[in-house]
Amino acid sequence: MNELLLETRALRKRFGGLVATDSVSLAVRRGECHALIGPNGAGKTTLIAQLAGSLAPDAGSIIFAGEDVTALPAHRRAALGLARSFQITSILPSFSVLENLALAVQAVSGSSFRFWQAVKDETALFDRAREILHSVGLAEIAERQAGSLAHGEHRQLELALALATRPQLMLLDEPMAGMGPEESEQMVALIAGLKGRYTLLLVEHDMDAVFRLADRVSVLVDGRVIATGTAREIRANAEVRIAYLGAEEVA
Amino acid sequence: MTWLLFLEQCLNGLQFGLMLFLLAAGLTLIFGIMDLINLAHGSLYMVGAYLVASISQATGSFTLAIVLGVAATAAIGMALEVAVLRGLYRRDHLSQVLATFALIIIINETTRVIWGVQPLPLNVPGALSGSVRLFPGIDYPAFRLVIIAVGLAVALSLYFLVARTRLGMLVRAGASNREMAMVMGTDIRWLFTAVFGVGAGLCALAGAMLGPLLAVQVGMGENILILAFVTVVIGGIGSIRGAFVGALLIGIVDTFGRAFIPTGLRAVLSPSVADVAGPSLASISIYLLMVGVLFWKPQGLFPARG
Amino acid sequence: MAGWRRHAWLLVALAAALALPKIAAIAGQDFYVSFASRVLIWALLASSLNLLVGMGGMVSLGHAAFFGAGAYVVAILSVEAPGGSSALLVWPLAVAVNALLAFLIGAICLRTRGVYFIMITLAFAQMFFYIFTSLTPYGGDDGLSLARRLTLPGLDMAGDATFYYVVLAIFAACLFALGRLKASRFGRVLAGIKDNEARMESLGYATFRFKLVAYTVAGALAGLAGALMANQNGFVSPNMMSWDQSGIALVMVILGGLGSLWGGFAGATAFLVLEEVLSGFSAHWQIVLGLVLLGVVFYAPLGIAGLFARKPR
Repeated sequence: MNELLLETRALRKRFGGLVATDSVSLAVRRGECHALIGPNGAGKTTLIAQLAGSLAPDAGSIIFAGEDVTALPAHRRAALGLARSFQITSILPSFSVLENLALAVQAVSGSSFRFWQAVKDETALFDRAREILHSVGLAEIAERQAGSLAHGEHRQLELALALATRPQLMLLDEPMAGMGPEESEQMVALIAGLKGRYTLLLVEHDMDAVFRLADRVSVLVDGRVIATGTAREIRANAEVRIAYLGAEEVA
Repeated sequence: MTWLLFLEQCLNGLQFGLMLFLLAAGLTLIFGIMDLINLAHGSLYMVGAYLVASISQATGSFTLAIVLGVAATAAIGMALEVAVLRGLYRRDHLSQVLATFALIIIINETTRVIWGVQPLPLNVPGALSGSVRLFPGIDYPAFRLVIIAVGLAVALSLYFLVARTRLGMLVRAGASNREMAMVMGTDIRWLFTAVFGVGAGLCALAGAMLGPLLAVQVGMGENILILAFVTVVIGGIGSIRGAFVGALLIGIVDTFGRAFIPTGLRAVLSPSVADVAGPSLASISIYLLMVGVLFWKPQGLFPARG
Repeated sequence: MAGWRRHAWLLVALAAALALPKIAAIAGQDFYVSFASRVLIWALLASSLNLLVGMGGMVSLGHAAFFGAGAYVVAILSVEAPGGSSALLVWPLAVAVNALLAFLIGAICLRTRGVYFIMITLAFAQMFFYIFTSLTPYGGDDGLSLARRLTLPGLDMAGDATFYYVVLAIFAACLFALGRLKASRFGRVLAGIKDNEARMESLGYATFRFKLVAYTVAGALAGLAGALMANQNGFVSPNMMSWDQSGIALVMVILGGLGSLWGGFAGATAFLVLEEVLSGFSAHWQIVLGLVLLGVVFYAPLGIAGLFARKPR
């Protein structure tokens, strides 16, 4: 089971003089939880944005499920099964939690160019939406307006939206950002439950979480991948320790 | 002599473009810094023209009328900012459109109440009513040359103000990063009011200069407002440089379009078709320009925000 | 509102609308019949704009372009083909022409967002305005008078009451269809785009296509409204597509209630009645109108629909 699901080849992106992505070649195997770590400003979110299709790379290519998706817009990639959960919460604030999910489910269940039949009669959409809410622990607040949720609940909803699109691969951009220890713990458990069922590309600052969850880790520094390996290998890698963990820890 | 006509049209285009710049400069700053769509900007131009016309009638002095009219309009603009527009900065664009549309209605009707429905006469001052011989064969109205001179002087002083002074630094900071301007909060409220005052004053100046050429009447503001918006959008919202380039571009394209498209078409099309197509093409040329610019650069020529 | 109460309201409204010509005739105020037709036509225009602005979040300041173009379809046909005067032919043609125009213009405008979208729609409307102003064969600046109204089999369209019922039927049908659309899959996607377009994109929705379809439908309905207005007034002119007409349509939408199904109707009614009442008091009634609109922005941003809405949870 070493088939590659997502692969970038010599991906490159510059903003003016700053090279944000410097010939990144990354390989995510089907079924694994692959973590992407790196200090602030290493270019993690820029890379995710290029993978998701909201930012066009200057050079290089992105292969997803055997198809070159470099030129595809975000919505086409999403339809192919590349789901994104945003670092900064991005939900539909004026919809209820359940409606958020129903709209996400709708995206993968038939054409939405239907103008006459009322959505609320499509019980299948809402059943599936409830199921997902249940699995991420949001079932009890299904009727609440999404904009009024607490931060941790937003993050859970963010994850649920990505789940609802029946993804092959989920890009999780700092799912624990801004969470307290207790909420973080819940989120780690949630992601651990997704492992094996989905391929995950996880961007995270919380090293403890990363080493618990990830099968493999890639380290991004100044736009370049300096190492890829198992958690153990990465911890032992001298270059990573110097570049990322900080020289003082090595000393 | 075609090249003489060409030169004359260049001057006309420059003159129109510079006046457009006076309006667009204030508009683009208000747009860029406060994120406010102010449809009532053209109304200040109208109010300025009316004030200058009235004062010049009463005092007999065009210069005095301009000084007093510009000052009064600036005061009105600042009062408007404090009383109404300040409350719109954090609202969505739709509310701003509705509220400033309402202001247009109110100001237009108030103007009718005060000055009546007849256009007001505003004459070119006697000393400037003649022509100047630029080249043999080109006699150009002196007043239009004054307009060009005033426009260039204002553009230069604005450039100096924005590029070299502390006020200008704040303005640039605000236009390129509104969040920061907002975070600075109450401290820069006076800046917003001041920008508004300057914008209103420039409107009045343009109204005073164009008043003798066009007509001082209700509705004059809306026509030029749309051109000013086109200028701002072509140049890139919040960019003074963009407004300057955009204004000259529009001044030239519009003037040349009206001067040359109808005759040009008559040379290639049948007269009946050309007589219809010419004027319509001439009057939509600037809008075609704008659509073209936005098609290739959806943020305008000089986007102020990265 | 509970379901039965809503239905009761609908029935009352419908009964009042049906009885209006009779009441006006008894009161000897036939003027009100054509006034009511005008309100309904504006309501159709405002409802079509509400589909764009209220449901899809696309603020257009050039919607009157389609209103005028629809009217000119009727006018130009009456000049070029005086024989073909069946509304069954001409009105659908006005819808089709405007759908096509809106599709083409929308494909360009929707590349931009926010303020730029507002301004580019305005620019297109200005182009329409100036093109028709210079179309001297069709009246140019002065506009064009129509000899008679279009015909419908079995109806005397010259009668204001008959014409009113036709407009009422068309408006009711369009509003019903818009209601279905709003609750449909398409309507939900549009609402999602208004709320957070980037999120919809990352869920897999090709948001541009949805917006373009909405723009096309809105343009087509505005064209229908224009065609009806041409028949109502017996006159068309470029002023129908001037930018203040677009502004007034926008004012009606906000006044009535953004995104609310009845918002366009409520706004058109409120605006035109206000205009009618105020102009009876003073020649300078527009000052009061402006103050009322300002008041709406600052004190009732949800419009008339907001006054009836449930309190937010």
